[in-house]
Amino acid sequence: MRSSTFSTLLQGVYFVVIGVIVVLLAKASFDSYVLNILMQAATYAIAVFGLSIVLGLCGQINLAQAAFFGIGAYAVALGTTDWGLPFWLCLIMGMVLAFVAGGAMGMSTLRLGGHYLAMVTISFQQIMTLVMVNAIDFSHGPDGVGNIARPSLFSTSQSYLAMSVAVLGLVGWIVWRLKTTKLGRAMRAVRDNELAAGVAGIDVFRTKMTAFAICALLGGLGGGLFAGGFAYVSPDQFSFAESVVFLTMTLLGGVASPIGSVIGTGLLILIPEWLRFLKSIPGLYLAIYGVAVILIVLFMPDGIWGFITKLFARKSPAPPVAEALTLSPGGSPDANDAVLEVSGLAKHFGGLKAVDGVHISVRRGSVHALIGPNGSGKTTTLNVLSGLYRATGGRVMLDGVDVTSLPPYRRTMVGLGRTFQNIRLFRSMSALENVIIGTERPGNTAVGRGHAAVEARALAALDFVGLAPRANELVTSFSYGHQRLIEIARALAGNPTLLLLDEPAAGLNSTEKRGLHDLLERIAAFGLTILIIDHDMTLVSEAADHITVLNFGRRIADGDPQSVLRDPQVVTAYLGADD
Amino acid sequence: MDIILQLLFQGIGIGSVYALVAMGFVLIFRATNVVNFAQGEFSMVAAYMMVVCAVDLGLPYWLSFLIALAGMVVIGALFNVCVYYPLRHRTYLPVIISTIGASIFLANTTLALYGPQPQVLSGWFDTPGIQIGPVYLDSQYLLIIGVTILLVAFQYWFFEKTLIGKKLQATSQDKEMASLLGIPVAAMIMLTFIYSALLGGVAGILVAPILFVSIQMGSTIALKAFAATIIGGFGDVAGAIIGGLALGIIETFGAAYISVPYKDGFAFLVLVLFLIFRPQGIFGERVAEKA
Repeated sequence: MRSSTFSTLLQGVYFVVIGVIVVLLAKASFDSYVLNILMQAATYAIAVFGLSIVLGLCGQINLAQAAFFGIGAYAVALGTTDWGLPFWLCLIMGMVLAFVAGGAMGMSTLRLGGHYLAMVTISFQQIMTLVMVNAIDFSHGPDGVGNIARPSLFSTSQSYLAMSVAVLGLVGWIVWRLKTTKLGRAMRAVRDNELAAGVAGIDVFRTKMTAFAICALLGGLGGGLFAGGFAYVSPDQFSFAESVVFLTMTLLGGVASPIGSVIGTGLLILIPEWLRFLKSIPGLYLAIYGVAVILIVLFMPDGIWGFITKLFARKSPAPPVAEALTLSPGGSPDANDAVLEVSGLAKHFGGLKAVDGVHISVRRGSVHALIGPNGSGKTTTLNVLSGLYRATGGRVMLDGVDVTSLPPYRRTMVGLGRTFQNIRLFRSMSALENVIIGTERPGNTAVGRGHAAVEARALAALDFVGLAPRANELVTSFSYGHQRLIEIARALAGNPTLLLLDEPAAGLNSTEKRGLHDLLERIAAFGLTILIIDHDMTLVSEAADHITVLNFGRRIADGDPQSVLRDPQVVTAYLGADD
Repeated sequence: MDIILQLLFQGIGIGSVYALVAMGFVLIFRATNVVNFAQGEFSMVAAYMMVVCAVDLGLPYWLSFLIALAGMVVIGALFNVCVYYPLRHRTYLPVIISTIGASIFLANTTLALYGPQPQVLSGWFDTPGIQIGPVYLDSQYLLIIGVTILLVAFQYWFFEKTLIGKKLQATSQDKEMASLLGIPVAAMIMLTFIYSALLGGVAGILVAPILFVSIQMGSTIALKAFAATIIGGFGDVAGAIIGGLALGIIETFGAAYISVPYKDGFAFLVLVLFLIFRPQGIFGERVAEKA
C-alpha cells in the first residue's frame, strides 16, 4: 500500500539521519561544556521518551521519573565502583530494577483513579530520595558516587556521547512506531476512553501497567547512561524537582511524540544555560517552570510539536476498500440454542433494586429487544451484561461460557460486542483507527494475520455502514448519527457472537432512523444475534423477533412483538393504569 | 506506659494538622473532582507569612495571624481563578498537572524570596506546657488539637445547618443541577477554594512552631494529608480526620521505635498497604463508574 511504502521510506530517512549524527558526534571534537550539555540532553531525552509514552499515549501521570532515572544511575554508579561489575550488566540491571519498581507501583495503584497515581509516584520519589541520602553504607549518602566506569569501547567522552545518541535514536524510533502498533493503539484507547477500551476488548489494567513499566525502564536506561556520561552521581540530581523538570520537558515539547520530547528536552536544557543568571537565586528558575507548566496546559495542550503539526496537518485520502464485511457468528439458527442466557440477574445500588431477578434468553440468530419505561433497569441490565457493573446476583451465560464475574474485556473475548447510548468513541483517533481497535478484539476469528488484514477488515466494516470514504478523518469531525454508525462498525469489525445495541436510535432524525433500520436488517441477515434496547416502538416492533419488557427492575412480559405489545401489563407500564 | 501516652498525645497533635489539610483536600475534591496538589503549599505560604509578620516585622502574634489568614483568602481566590477555573471543562489530568505547576511555583517563589534557610516561629503561648500526671502536654500541641476540634465542629455546622453550606453540598454533588436551581456554582467553587486555603493556612501556622518553617514543609504535609484521605476513604470528611489522626500516631510511634530518618517514609508505607489491601479506605470510597 502507498502509505506503508511512504512510512518505510520515512523510517529509512530517519535511520540515515541518526547514523550521520552519530558519526559526526564521534568524529567532531567539542569542548567539555558543549559535551556535557549534549550528554545531559541525550540521556534526559530517553527518560522523557518514557514519560511521553505513559503521559502522552496512555494518559497516566508519573511524577517519579527522576527516581527511576536515579535507580538506573545508581545501579551503574554502585555497580561499576563498589561491586566491580561490567558497565553493560549494571545498565541492564538498572533497567530491570526500574522496570520492576514501576510495575510494582503500577500494580498497586493503576486500578484506582489518576490522582492516586500522582500522589503515589510523588511518595515513591520522596522515599527514593530519603534512601539515597540516608542509606549511607549502601549509597554513599549525600556525597554521591564518583569514578563511575564506562565500557572500554566507549571510554572517551566523545565516543560515549555518540553511543548514547545512537541509543536515543533507537529508542526514539521505537516510541515513534509504538503509536501505530496494537499496543500503542490500546494505550491511546485507554487514554481517550477507559470504559470503551475495556468493552472493545482491551485489558485496560495491563495496558496501563505496560505503559508505566516501559516508562520506568526508559527512565532507568537514561539514568544509567547519565551516570556513565558524567562519572559522578548524587541524590540531588534525582530529586522531585528533576521529576518536575522531566514532566515540563514532556509537556512543552508535546506529549505522544518523540520529536516533541526531543524539542522539549533540548529547550529546557538550553534555556536555563542561556539564563544562567536565574540560577543565582535559588528557586527562581523552578518557579518559572511552575508557571510554564500552567501556561502550557492552558494555552498549548499539545505542546510545541503538537502546535506545529496542527499547522501543517494534511488530510490523507481514505484507502480503497478491498473487501466486503463478513460476519460469521457461528452456530446454526436453532430454536433451542440460546446465545445469551440470563437467569435471576440482580443489581442493587444500596437499597435500590435497579434490576431484580431478571430472566432473558436470547435465541441464536434472533433480533431480541429489551424495552421498558424510563428507570425500568434496561441500561443497568446492559451494563451488568457487558461487565461494567458487577451483578449482585444471578448468572450470565454467553455462548456457553459463564461470564458473570468476568471483566469487560474478557466478555468481549468470549464474543460480546456493544455500543453505548452516549457515544463512546476514541476521540483523538480517526474513524478507521477506532474500528481497527474493534477488529483487534482478542478472539476475533474473522480476520487474517498481519496489520494489512486488520486494516482491510476495519475498512470493510466502515464500508458496511457507508463511511469508508471518510475513514481517515478524526471521529470528532463526524455528525452524531455518523459517530453512532462508527460505533456499530467498531463492534461489527470484531465479529461478535452477540451484539448489544444501547438505544441506537436515540438522537437520530427520521432519515437516520430509517438507515439504522436497514442496517439492522443487513446485520441480521448474516445471522448475527442482536440484543437491542430502545424507546423507538416503531423500530423495535419492526426489527425485533422477540421482546422482553422490564419495569421497576423486573421482567413483566416476554414473547413475540404482537402479543407483548398488546399485553395489558405492558400497556399499563407505558401509558399508566386506567382507574 | 507513660511514654506511650506521651507519644499518643504528640501523634494526635501532629495528626490534627494532617487532618486539617486533608479536609481541605476533600472539600476541593468534592467540589471539583480534582485533587489539589498545591494544598500543602497553602500551609507553607501561610507559615512564611507568619514569619514575615511576627518575626521580621515584629507585629503582635494575633495580628500576624489575621494578616496571614487574609493572605490565604487572596491566594485561595487567585488559585481558583488562575489554576482551576480556566481548565474546569477539561479532563482531570490537565487540572492535576496545573495544580502541580502551581505547587512548584508557590514553593520556589517562596524559596527565591526568602532563601533556603529554615525559619523559626515561636508558639502562640508563652507557657511551654503543663504536666498532667506522667504526661507533659505541650501548649502548642494542645492548641492544635483544640483548634482542630473547633474547626471540625464549625465545618459540620456550616455544611449541615446553613443555607450556604447546603448550596456548597449541592454544588459538589451535581453542578449542572445546582446551577439549574439558581445556585451560583462559580461562586460556590470560589468559596470552596478560599475555605480550603484557609484550612491549609491554619494548619501551617499551627504546625510551624513544632517543625521548622521551610520550603519542603508544604510537600511533606500534603503527602501525609493525601495518605490520610486514602486511609480514611477518599472524599469523606470524617475519613480524612480519622485518617489524619491515625497517620500522626503511626508516624510518631514509628519515629520513636523504628527509625527517625525514615519517619517520613511511614506515611508512604501505610499508603501502599492501604492501596493494596483496602483501596476504598476505612470508610469506603465514593467512586462509581458511569456508563
